[in-house]
Amino acid sequence: MRPITWTVTLAAALALFTGGADAAPPPEARVSISQFRFQPAEISIAAGGTVTWVNGDAEEHTVTATDRSYTSPGLEEEETFSHRFTAPGTYRYFCALHPHMTATVVVVK
Amino acid sequence: MLTELVPVDRRRFMQCLAWAGTGLLWAARGGLLSSTALGEAAAAGDFTFAQISDTHVGFAGKANANAAGTLADSIAAINALEPRPAFVIHTGDLTHGQKAGAFDMLAESLKAVRTERIFYVPGEHDVFLDGGKEYLARHGRGTLGGGWQSFDYHGVHFVGLVNVLTYKAGVGGALGAEQLEWLRQDLEARGPSTPVVVFTHVPLWAVYPAWGWTTADGAAAIAMLRRFGSVTVLNGHIHQVFQKVDGSVTFHSARSTAFPQPAPGAAPTPGPMTVEAGELRRLLGVREVRYTESPAQLAIVERPLA
Repeated sequence: MRPITWTVTLAAALALFTGGADAAPPPEARVSISQFRFQPAEISIAAGGTVTWVNGDAEEHTVTATDRSYTSPGLEEEETFSHRFTAPGTYRYFCALHPHMTATVVVVK
Repeated sequence: MLTELVPVDRRRFMQCLAWAGTGLLWAARGGLLSSTALGEAAAAGDFTFAQISDTHVGFAGKANANAAGTLADSIAAINALEPRPAFVIHTGDLTHGQKAGAFDMLAESLKAVRTERIFYVPGEHDVFLDGGKEYLARHGRGTLGGGWQSFDYHGVHFVGLVNVLTYKAGVGGALGAEQLEWLRQDLEARGPSTPVVVFTHVPLWAVYPAWGWTTADGAAAIAMLRRFGSVTVLNGHIHQVFQKVDGSVTFHSARSTAFPQPAPGAAPTPGPMTVEAGELRRLLGVREVRYTESPAQLAIVERPLA
């Protein structure tokens, strides 16, 4: 496919998918745990979507809801954890081993 | 690594430091340093205990491919102490991430330690998954609340504090009101000439708050300890020897048996520090503490693996 055709096709596909000018949050998202930080510190996801965390540090980290509604086990380097968010809202989480590491998942309808 | 020592007779101190590896004990009491050669006759009230810390059973990272081996070597180092330690204190992070079977494996390994008893306080790795349930089921006997305890041995008052059960978003090590009130009552009956040894996991004083190397309400505990003539605070968590003298209170952080961590601020993060193969054993080890009754003083001897 020539590049221009491909680009137009992709734009059309995105427009269909998002239904308009403002992009809806994705159904899946990935957060990297690196240098003792959750990156990005705030991520948006569609209700019913799944966030996957990957630990890129040699140190063990966790992904733990501040209200303790869910927690990963200790994640070693390269280990992942996924959690599905069903209800819209703002969900703070932190690392239970290094509690100054905090971040947020924003779940949008 | 030594920091913030009271600069009294610094030249003599540096001499003592150079000899530490060959069996010269140095003791700090009220800011004054003195040295005693090993082999001098021990009085009846004298005793020795050992501190082991941050065994992190279950750790298998690059910083140490054989943490089980360095644990075994650390136990051998304790067993090589003369005289035999009356007891051993483990200052926490028994396990790495509460890995399945880790508490069992450590218990099995520590059966080889030749001593009467081992006292424990938990680290954050031991309690973060279940608020301390598994840790207390195994090591809570004789303790109160979240696992704090005190006991007396040959006139020395020992206090084990737990500062890893308060972790929540944005908040690290702390003792909490209930434990502080217990500590106040526990110390009340003791006269100021009673030597006190406090053992806990996270440093009670602010070594490096940016890395969580501090206890939020540690100052409240230290204030209660100030009226005593000799207070020694032993902790783990930072995987390196780090000391501070503050009036009659001396603080000593200990090495890990599993992996070293960088000096405060010397790296972007406090994660496990990978070093040259020949360097690792110098940075891991245990500690021997000798109490002599007359004069009443505690001498700390670091026992690295190399």
